[in-house]
Amino acid sequence: MGNVTDPEVMIGVPGYERPLADSEKEARESVLKIAVNRLNFLYGARQVLFDVSLEIMEGKITALIGPSGCGKSTFLRTLNRMHETVRGTRAEGEVLLDGQNIFDMDVVNLRRRVGMVFQKSNPFPKSIFENVAYGLKVNGMTRRAQVAEVVEKSLRRAALWDEVKDHLHKSAYALSGGQQQRLCIARALAIDPEVLLLDEPCSALDPIATAKIEELLFALMGSCTIVIVTHNMQQAARVADQTGFFLLGKLIEFNKTDIIFKNPAQKETEDYITGRFG
Amino acid sequence: MNPRLGWRKFVNVLMLTLTGLCALLSVSVLLIVLGYLGWNGWQYLTWTFLTHLPAPVGETGGGMANAIVGSGKLLLIAALTGIPTGLLGGIYLAEFGGKTFTFLVRYTADLLNGVPSIVMGIFAYTLVVLPMRHFSAWAGGLALGVMLIPIVLRSTEDFLRAVPMPLREGALALGASKWKAIATVVIPASIRAIATGALLGLARVAGETAPLLFTSFNNQFWSHGLNQPTASLPVMIYVYAIAPYADWHRQAWAAGFILLMLVLIANIGARLILSRKSLAPRG
Repeated sequence: MGNVTDPEVMIGVPGYERPLADSEKEARESVLKIAVNRLNFLYGARQVLFDVSLEIMEGKITALIGPSGCGKSTFLRTLNRMHETVRGTRAEGEVLLDGQNIFDMDVVNLRRRVGMVFQKSNPFPKSIFENVAYGLKVNGMTRRAQVAEVVEKSLRRAALWDEVKDHLHKSAYALSGGQQQRLCIARALAIDPEVLLLDEPCSALDPIATAKIEELLFALMGSCTIVIVTHNMQQAARVADQTGFFLLGKLIEFNKTDIIFKNPAQKETEDYITGRFG
Repeated sequence: MNPRLGWRKFVNVLMLTLTGLCALLSVSVLLIVLGYLGWNGWQYLTWTFLTHLPAPVGETGGGMANAIVGSGKLLLIAALTGIPTGLLGGIYLAEFGGKTFTFLVRYTADLLNGVPSIVMGIFAYTLVVLPMRHFSAWAGGLALGVMLIPIVLRSTEDFLRAVPMPLREGALALGASKWKAIATVVIPASIRAIATGALLGLARVAGETAPLLFTSFNNQFWSHGLNQPTASLPVMIYVYAIAPYADWHRQAWAAGFILLMLVLIANIGARLILSRKSLAPRG
């Protein structure tokens, strides 16, 4: 009698499922969260995004890289319609969140589901506690005990709780730059967004603070879909499942991170990641 | 020495002296006015002045208690009408306004700021005094309130615009509606500066005489409620200063001193509010 678990032998046996190859496993586990179809973006008459299409998977980390001015931040800001705060901008095309076009959704509802962390930390001029509680209060949570519980949970998720638990009522501006950025992440996590957009969250931070944020992103993997714009290619290589490379408003290449970095299909991608320009 | 170099040095010294002299002149005029007013006013300021009604013509003594209270009433009406209007208008300009309308309002406000204050008096006279057929604190307070609107409007707008954009975006990204973001983040971030602007505006209109001459008029006695002609410090100073009695001149000095103190206190208060440890972002 051979090994009963040998796939060759077991094929055809009722109830048996063939173990999946890695690529198949990934395909099965991946659920589409955001589908962008032919997105064009204009500032007045100047077009900054051209026909961008890509698919973002649920619970994964997607990194967007590219040189300054390539449109990656603009693309990110379109995903929760934050571009609408700037006059004279226009986005054309489709962005489907769970199959629903975000441009048809109520913008307040959309932003409750798709949170954002900005390049420069922007805590409110309030206490640490109030910063994290802000989103809860705006969304109608009023029971103090419940608010306090979620604030603690969010600060723990952002790996900041131990550092601030003894002075929750101090001004958020008393924190260091890295702590402020983690506070902003905690603030965004408090309303439990399905998607978290991060726009170069580490660009103003030192390597230690950056490492803390990257650890935090790993910890969030699975529970939250993450899209991160970064200038730092090593960061993309370290944290992301999928990576997209933008150049001059076009999405040049989008694929699994190790393929982008080890075996890119496009010459521009290769030139950029090998440091020939950028 | 090179003659050109000599000329340049001469021009340099000349201009330095000229600008310095003019700076000294402007400061000394201010100091002389303040010093003279302070010296005379302080001298004639008595407890009776603060607590008694004006004495009948021909008698010496008496005070301006009614004018102090009257000025308070006028400023209260001005604050209650002018500050909310200017505040909400400023919020609109800074946060909501479209291009053309905003430009129009801002331009009008600047123009209104430059309108001679007596025109405000005529405005309130036509709008309030004529229909009511008598002078009142309402009319005077309203005239001051209208003057206050453009001051508060413009300062509120400027201070709101100074609030960094990322703060608004932070609030919006958490699912706050635009008004919610303004009310809970933008305004609290600038409320002290806005309050200071309003306080300084109030101090400015407190010294206005022209708009009150034919709106709140004057009163030698207590005015009850807000429907009677009402005494105020600036108008009292005007009436007493042009009277032929030495005792009235002394009282006018004292009234001027009180007014000066009022403005000074408002200024110092505003500075204290502003200089309290700010919550502004670091770096």
